[in-house]
Amino acid sequence: MFGIPMILINLVIAAVASIAWVAVNALVLVYCERKFAGHIQRRPGPFEVGPHGVLQPLIDGLKLMSKQLLTPDNSDKVLFWLAPILSMIPVMLLFMPIPYSPLLTGMEVNLGLLLILAFSSFNGLAVILAGWASNNKWGVLGAARAVAQTVAYEIPLLLCVLAISFMTGTLNLSEITAQQAGWIIDWNVFKQPLAFIIFIVAMFGETNRAPFDLAEAESELTAGFHTEYSSMGFGLFFMAEYGYMVAMCSICAVLFLGGFHGPIPGIEGWWWMLLKTYALLFLMIWARWTYPRVRFDQLLNLNWKWLLPLATFNLLATALLMKL
Amino acid sequence: MNAFKKHIWQPVKDCWSLMVGLKITGKYFCKPLITVHYPREVIDSENLSTYGGHIEQIGKPKDPATPKCISCMMCSTNCPSKCLTIVKQKAPKPTPEQEAAMAAAKEAGEKVVKPKAPKNPAKFNYDYTLCSLCGTCIDVCPVKSLKFSNNIYWVATSRKEMQIDLLARLKEQATELSAPAPKTEAQPATAEKEA
Amino acid sequence: MSAYQNLEQMTGDFYTQKFEAAKQDGTLIINMGPQHPSTHGVLRIVIEVDGEYIVRAEPVLGYLHRMHEKMGETQTWGAFIPNMGRVDYGHPMAWNWSYVGAVEKLMGIEVPERAEYLRVIMTELNRITSHLLWWGAYILDLGAFTPIMYAFDDREMLLDILQRPSASRLTYSNFRVGGVQMDLDDKCIEMIKAFIPHFRERLPMYHDLVTENIILRKRIEGVGIIDQDMCRRYGCTGPVLRGAGVAYDVRKDEPYSVYDRFDFDIPTQDSACSAGRYHVRVAEMEQSLRIIEQALEQLPGAEGKHIMDKAPKPAMKPPAGEAYFNTEGGRGKVGIYAVSDGTKVPYRVKLRAPGFSNMNAFAEASTGTILADAVAILGSLDLIIPELDR
Repeated sequence: MFGIPMILINLVIAAVASIAWVAVNALVLVYCERKFAGHIQRRPGPFEVGPHGVLQPLIDGLKLMSKQLLTPDNSDKVLFWLAPILSMIPVMLLFMPIPYSPLLTGMEVNLGLLLILAFSSFNGLAVILAGWASNNKWGVLGAARAVAQTVAYEIPLLLCVLAISFMTGTLNLSEITAQQAGWIIDWNVFKQPLAFIIFIVAMFGETNRAPFDLAEAESELTAGFHTEYSSMGFGLFFMAEYGYMVAMCSICAVLFLGGFHGPIPGIEGWWWMLLKTYALLFLMIWARWTYPRVRFDQLLNLNWKWLLPLATFNLLATALLMKL
Repeated sequence: MNAFKKHIWQPVKDCWSLMVGLKITGKYFCKPLITVHYPREVIDSENLSTYGGHIEQIGKPKDPATPKCISCMMCSTNCPSKCLTIVKQKAPKPTPEQEAAMAAAKEAGEKVVKPKAPKNPAKFNYDYTLCSLCGTCIDVCPVKSLKFSNNIYWVATSRKEMQIDLLARLKEQATELSAPAPKTEAQPATAEKEA
Repeated sequence: MSAYQNLEQMTGDFYTQKFEAAKQDGTLIINMGPQHPSTHGVLRIVIEVDGEYIVRAEPVLGYLHRMHEKMGETQTWGAFIPNMGRVDYGHPMAWNWSYVGAVEKLMGIEVPERAEYLRVIMTELNRITSHLLWWGAYILDLGAFTPIMYAFDDREMLLDILQRPSASRLTYSNFRVGGVQMDLDDKCIEMIKAFIPHFRERLPMYHDLVTENIILRKRIEGVGIIDQDMCRRYGCTGPVLRGAGVAYDVRKDEPYSVYDRFDFDIPTQDSACSAGRYHVRVAEMEQSLRIIEQALEQLPGAEGKHIMDKAPKPAMKPPAGEAYFNTEGGRGKVGIYAVSDGTKVPYRVKLRAPGFSNMNAFAEASTGTILADAVAILGSLDLIIPELDR
């Protein structure tokens, strides 16, 4: 049609849908988080704005947009404003290879997993830029911590993903989903339980979520690397964090929980994918409001001394079992 | 064996403590809320009756719009924050009969009795912005004319609004209490019926 | 390098300049506070950090100085009691008690027995509220947002109970020279009797949710060693001293009022770290419940009323002299030294705040630790800054 290849139209629609998905999720997740936090603490949470507070995130977004964009004195203006944008854009790209249903796949890429892992590393760069360009001692401290944490937790994540791809023989997310069709027992979580647990812990560490949220430890470092950001700068970091959370949970659902397949053969659809993603998100929110923060050196210790050896062991065991 | 316990069994027990924590918060997630959801709900009145809000006057049993206060000034002198301002009433001007009686008494060489000022105060102003709710004024009042109020749902937008005229407040409360009684009209009807 | 030279070139205020004078190479000087979520009140700590390790720390006080001791020289004896309600909003009844105890000593007054029991019950209930507030705020500093809400649920019940005899919910000033302001009515005693088993049920839940949690244990075990020698040098009292292994409690070692009639333990821990102080405070809540139970049993048999007959008026005139009275507050030994010159206004009222001595141990305890540990140590000292600055 008009000489434009179909694939380009697909990509554009996928990109737009991806952006919309991230935006909608940010709103829904903010609401869910505040409501779950409220009910865990036995209080109502947002209630006044809209029935039971459903319009709260919208109004909060409007409030954020209407605030003044401040740039601190002596800061590097270009880097300062580049950081939130750099944080936000890769998130949207992360959703392209994830298959929400046989039809709702952004793009079928043979190297889907590699793409995701590569783009999720951009967050670390954005955090460093934010902390440094703020010209704030607390910001620099927070940024240094956040980058060390992100870089560290990527490795067990990678090893778990590798174990799965050893088993399935492909990096293409749609194919990995297809191999889990059938009964619930066919899901990868039963074949790789250790990898599942390591992936969940690494997911917490990768997205800077409690109990690993030293980077934004409100009661210790004011606000860490995003201390100096106001209005939409903060809003973009916020949305990017929730975007990464959703992306990681979706990937976990695809890799371990059977993607869009239901527990019984024949039942499949995008609603299963949504259910699984939101179950994992609920777990993340639940853990945030239960546990205290892990101290920074203990956080890194946990990674290098526990997760990495376990993930390596898992990989070797998988390789051995595949050979036999 | 000790190494096994320390390096493998202990971490497993530690991870179990994390699960226990999740279980507890999960349990509370499913329980009802405990906050008083104002303004849909309010604090129950029994609890509220013992709360110490700002000071107010107590009216005389037979004349609720007049305070028991005798303007002795004990409360305002003993207040640590100096938040009470009391103005005594002046003696009224003598009526012509009283003037005549006074003149007659003076001529007869007897003691002249001047009309006395009423005991309750002319002004009783209370600055809630200074009050520390210590209750000293309530303790030292010899006629027990002061008490704590239960006024917790009160919002003021300026300092002046928080400076209360306690006499006016007492009058308002007295008129609220003595609501126009439709019963008094009904009673004669029933009395007639019985008769 | 004196701070009074080269004034134009130096940046920072007086305290920062003095601190910077001894700065080493390669370190960062940062301010924790005075606006900071974890310094319980308005406290400023100037810290020299080498990477993440604290090289030097120095607290700067005075941001919350409200001149209570000066007010003690201008208010009458009775009018100073509301001040005592506000020095330490965590455990104000201990301060109330110390003050009226000192005045009663000056005047040679004996308080009726019933009033003593009422004081004990109210002060121990207040100690539980103080420890619950500390517990919730400490865990909040360490990053968990829900335990403070659960603690405040119990605390609300206690505030409803304590509201009945005092008409206040936080800054209690219901002690009077010669007794207490109001007696406990029957409903109040009923509520206390219902609260005790309820709270005993809740304590295991706190234990499971927080105390046993591995993340918390890793944060506070072995952090911030304040051993017996350090305690003696700085004059630390209260749970800080008991967490270092010294079983010193004013209620047992210098008994006042009717505390010698109760059977309760003094919990101590030998580890001298933040975890030790944490466990001491949690155990103290249980001991307070025991004291309250025994006091409620003995209360009906006590003679007298809630205040002595012909109690001194607020503008009382104690005979000239001096008196010192100390009690065990939630934070340590609360002492008040009152000097009278025979008039209705004190000559001098000196307030001995336990937090002030405990705070000074922080600088030495936090050297060599990480910033995150500084927060853990500060929380475990249970500081209420208004008490430090008075």
